Amino acid sequence: MNNNISRRGFLKRLGIGTSVASLTLAGCKNATKAVSASPDLKEGEMTYRTNPKTGEKVSILGYGCMRWPTKPVEGGAEGEEEIDQEMVNRLVDTALENGVNYFDTSPVYCQGKSEKATGIALSRHPRESYYIATKLSNFNPATQSREASIEMYKNSMKELQTDYIDYMLLHAVGGGGLETLNQRYFDNGILDFLMKEREAGRIKNLGFSYHGDIEVFDYLLSKHDEYKWDFVQIQLNYMDWKHTAEEEPLSTNANYLYQELAKREIPAVIMEPLLGGRLSKVPDHIANRLKQRNPEESVASWAFRFAGTHPDVLTVLSGMTYMEHLEDNIHTYSPLNPLTEEDLVFLQETADIMKQYPTVPCNDCKYCMPCPYGIDIPANLLHYNKCVNEDNIPTSKQSPKYAEARRAFLVGYDRSVPKLRQASHCIGCRKCVHHCPQEIDIPAELHRIDEYVEKLKQQII
Amino acid sequence: MNKNEKSATKKSTKRDSIKTPLRNIRIILALISILLITPLFLDFTGTWHSIFGWMAKIQFLPAILSLNVLVIIGLIILTLLFGRLYCSVICPLGILQDGFGWAGKKAKKNRYSYSKPLNILRYTFLGIMLIAIILGINSMVALLAPYSAYGRIASSLLKPIWIWGNNLLATWAEQRNSYAFYQVEYWQYGYGVLIVAGITLIVLAILAWRNGRTYCNTICPVGTVLGFFSRFALFRIVIDKSKCVDCKLCSRNCKASCIDIPNHNIDYSRCVSCFDCIGKCNKGALSYKYVGLKAANAHQANEKIDGSRRQFITSAAILGTSAALSAADKTFDGGLAVIEDKKKPNRKTRIAPPGAISLRNLNDHCTACQLCISACPNGVLRPMTDIENFMQPESSYENGYCRPECTRCSDVCPTGAIRPLDIAEKSSIQIGHAVWVKSNCVPITDDVECGNCARHCPTGAITMVEYKNGHMIPTVNTERCIGCGACENLCPARPFSAIYVEGHENHRII
Repeated sequence: MNNNISRRGFLKRLGIGTSVASLTLAGCKNATKAVSASPDLKEGEMTYRTNPKTGEKVSILGYGCMRWPTKPVEGGAEGEEEIDQEMVNRLVDTALENGVNYFDTSPVYCQGKSEKATGIALSRHPRESYYIATKLSNFNPATQSREASIEMYKNSMKELQTDYIDYMLLHAVGGGGLETLNQRYFDNGILDFLMKEREAGRIKNLGFSYHGDIEVFDYLLSKHDEYKWDFVQIQLNYMDWKHTAEEEPLSTNANYLYQELAKREIPAVIMEPLLGGRLSKVPDHIANRLKQRNPEESVASWAFRFAGTHPDVLTVLSGMTYMEHLEDNIHTYSPLNPLTEEDLVFLQETADIMKQYPTVPCNDCKYCMPCPYGIDIPANLLHYNKCVNEDNIPTSKQSPKYAEARRAFLVGYDRSVPKLRQASHCIGCRKCVHHCPQEIDIPAELHRIDEYVEKLKQQII
Repeated sequence: MNKNEKSATKKSTKRDSIKTPLRNIRIILALISILLITPLFLDFTGTWHSIFGWMAKIQFLPAILSLNVLVIIGLIILTLLFGRLYCSVICPLGILQDGFGWAGKKAKKNRYSYSKPLNILRYTFLGIMLIAIILGINSMVALLAPYSAYGRIASSLLKPIWIWGNNLLATWAEQRNSYAFYQVEYWQYGYGVLIVAGITLIVLAILAWRNGRTYCNTICPVGTVLGFFSRFALFRIVIDKSKCVDCKLCSRNCKASCIDIPNHNIDYSRCVSCFDCIGKCNKGALSYKYVGLKAANAHQANEKIDGSRRQFITSAAILGTSAALSAADKTFDGGLAVIEDKKKPNRKTRIAPPGAISLRNLNDHCTACQLCISACPNGVLRPMTDIENFMQPESSYENGYCRPECTRCSDVCPTGAIRPLDIAEKSSIQIGHAVWVKSNCVPITDDVECGNCARHCPTGAITMVEYKNGHMIPTVNTERCIGCGACENLCPARPFSAIYVEGHENHRII
């Protein structure tokens, strides 16, 4: 994970939108009130939701383990990174101390290193003090045989140092449609195997996470009576509530997904509440709008409150790389202050305004990587998004700050993406396209960015 | 002369020296001059060129090679009026040597002495230079030309430091989210120029430290030519024999070794009008004044040549093997594919940048000062390594391509080797044409869609057409191709591109 482009990292440097910065300010001004700046936390209690099947209390904030902090490998090649285990331990300790008890990982996260790091951190605490969610991530055809998939499942237990999994998921079903679903979980009998494991008690809850083709979602829910899904993981946030279908033609809006689950009383686990950070790295004027309404809370807190406000949500996952993010999210959810009707209307309006600013819906999940031709795909897209958010996309030479914005775009481009990994080298082989859970037409976006760069360089816009 | 006056030469209670601001003016002008010209070789943004680009054009040899009559006449008139002021305040190599000479004098006072002119050597070098220019042996011209020598020193020794400093600031700016500075890549395109520049600098430094302007009055063809004119300068330094006490203080501080005190004679062909001597004389015997059209002192006519006291060098052209050093590519992240460096294709005809008109024109006019190479922001120009065209620029597209919005090299060239162009003209000049190499083309080798060459061709000269098995391959309309190298540079095939540019000997206008 590249720190430069990870979630709210850059906003922090800019000094806009981070709760910590703003809270610090607030804290200074109101010193007499002893408002703690960096949330000392424990100022209130974490909100919990009850799993209707097991009755267990799950914290509304769940820890997504796909963005663990990294550090340079000692004596390694330049740019070689490894997970910063010490920091992971501290993050996990802080999370547990403040009532977070749901940890979501997968065998493919962090280049395959996430389960192990998560296992090391969690095993230092009593097993009953947390719930582990992991997935059967057999994306690679080589792992789709029954044996290889079972091997993957067993390995997860080993890495996580446990003999049962609280929440087991079929990972990212929907991509590739029903055909891929069949290959991954039906033809090889893996779903049956997992159901037997559930009966045996080694899996407490069985569910699936969904991205992509709505046909698959509808199909799996139609089989609810047979499979008895204990939970389903969906992408939900105030942008997706109404707007997903515009960005992902096959998919549909989050409110449909949520309603379908609620109808069947299946608890929803929420992923991408922040849209991979895009709802904390918002354009300046959006940040101002949110701050104006709630000056003491972070931009991100709106997105978390939105996700948590829905009563059938079991937990809201957040991939927290930095302690500040963790603290901010704990603060937001201790306890959750649900959005009012007016707040919801306000957020929907905000979403509509944001829609007019055409950022690429990249969440920096890096599933598209590595590109066989060496392009750093997320870095290209995120740089473009950053410039959109900072209003550095000049559209005409007559724009009042054309020269400034042009420089910021071009200089920033070379900083964020090495020349040989820039969009100009995308040949359009389309190998990345089917990996993208957001269904971004990556080559088209890269070519669009490249054309724009070319125009800026030649000063023909 | 009585004892009183002798003692005055040490510490003056009764100094009689002439107070003249000339020396200070000369020093200030020289400092301004070198501070204006040096950034031309360092600045990668092009800003300095737009303001002070003329500083390179008033240099003598570049003016000769570009037949810039106004500048040539101007410099000759300047010399006919004031002597070789050019060597003291315009020539950056001369000013650089004065710097070393100044340090040398700090180490040891009064270290110079008169010596006879080494005319045979001077004329030999001038002759070599003229023959070299006529025959087009440019490596020789490039080696002898003072401005080019300075350019090589600045661009190959100073520029890396400059870029390093800039990159430090860029890192700093990046941390502060400022766009004031940006990172610049520095790539070492072989060691030939670096070695020549290094040796030139060391030899010059030693010579100047010990003997002042030895290079200027022995080797430098410009110095020799200007020496013809400076003998007749209207303003000269003259010795007032009635005041001179023969103490030789002036002579021992003359970096040109041209003051012959026993004969009360000054060799004006070597005097570089530095005015150091005037202030040194305690008796006020030296002054810079209008002497009119008097002929140069006839004394010089029958001088014997004494080569023993002066060291001179024949600058050895060390033709470094200059293995093309492929810039080490950094790996940035475990999740990124390794990118192999591009290699230079075997071109039948090399590529000259737009504005060069033809390979011959480039060869005839270029003094190999490295200004264009320093100015190229796209990593296209680099010095050649073959003897015939040693250190002259050529284009190649492994690191970048000749971008349509850029005319930097033609803007900066002071010699007319690369003529000025505007952006529209530039993109209508055919400097070469693209050639497709079937065996490297990724649609065929890797069975993928590509078309990156066609997508980036600024003139639309490349069209993708269907080939066997439905693969789309590029076809080049050579009539529209301008040879900019966008296709070659952005071709995904590595290390050799599947499409590359062959140069044209004569550039064509399309």
